[in-house]
Amino acid sequence: MKAKVLIRPKEGILDPQGKAVERSLPALGFEGIHGVRIGRLVELEVDDPAQLDSLCEKLLANPLIEDYEIVLGEASSNGSRPA
Amino acid sequence: MIGVLQFPGSCDERDAVAAASRVGDARLVWHEETDLSGLDGVIVPGGFSYGDYLRAGAIARFAPAMESVARFAAEGGPVLGICNGFQVLCEAGLLPGALLPNAELRFVCRQVELVVEDFSGPFAAEIAAGERLSIPIKHMSGRYFAPDDELDRLEAAGQVAFSYAEDWNPNGSARDIAGVTNAEGNVLGLMPHPEHAVDPLTGSDDGLALFRAVARETVTA
Repeated sequence: MKAKVLIRPKEGILDPQGKAVERSLPALGFEGIHGVRIGRLVELEVDDPAQLDSLCEKLLANPLIEDYEIVLGEASSNGSRPA
Repeated sequence: MIGVLQFPGSCDERDAVAAASRVGDARLVWHEETDLSGLDGVIVPGGFSYGDYLRAGAIARFAPAMESVARFAAEGGPVLGICNGFQVLCEAGLLPGALLPNAELRFVCRQVELVVEDFSGPFAAEIAAGERLSIPIKHMSGRYFAPDDELDRLEAAGQVAFSYAEDWNPNGSARDIAGVTNAEGNVLGLMPHPEHAVDPLTGSDDGLALFRAVARETVTA
């Protein structure tokens, strides 16, 4: 089964990457965009999805500084437009 | 004998051996070695273990040698983590907290001033609280973080070993913290590089005290 793991910096933790991107936006003409946060996306194929929580806690995320979200299957948006 | 771990991607392990050799015997320990018998102290050196993929130190934590280091630490052996070694020890849960990318997003390489805090354990033996040390840093992810209540607890328990002196915080570390110990005090991690400060020729020999502390353990062990 395909799965995606979304990993984000925990709320309240300074995300300098997000800040740098946010600050660059007005120069490109993008106004009114705030709260940019940058995380990580891990795509994987897994036989037993029950393992994923433990995998995230032990390796993919550091629970002290990051939150994670597991998305199973291929249903979630991959950014392409519906036909 | 002091053992200095060597992961693929380590880069300061030879300097650490050279520094430790000024005060005792030292050798490299390849990351696949699991037999640490005969070692009196362990140093987890700086560098970019396993490319620092995912997060700094995240993969090195699973190296065969690290399981042995965890046992060594649990038995009270002195373990010193420098820079990437500090990150590895935090990821392994041997030290509290985590190291985040520098607040300014830049790799920072410069001499900094540290203040020795009132901490305990074998590493405190050779350094007096309140002393100032001049030791270089060179890192991209050195912003120490722990939740506020955990920071209060660490300070109260004397687990904060080193702070950046006023106006010297190079990376946005919480409460200017540069190094911490575990509850027992036998595991110490810090972002600055004491192995690069062992000879006045290169600006400072303030780092030697930490190696003397490990070597001292090897005498009394």
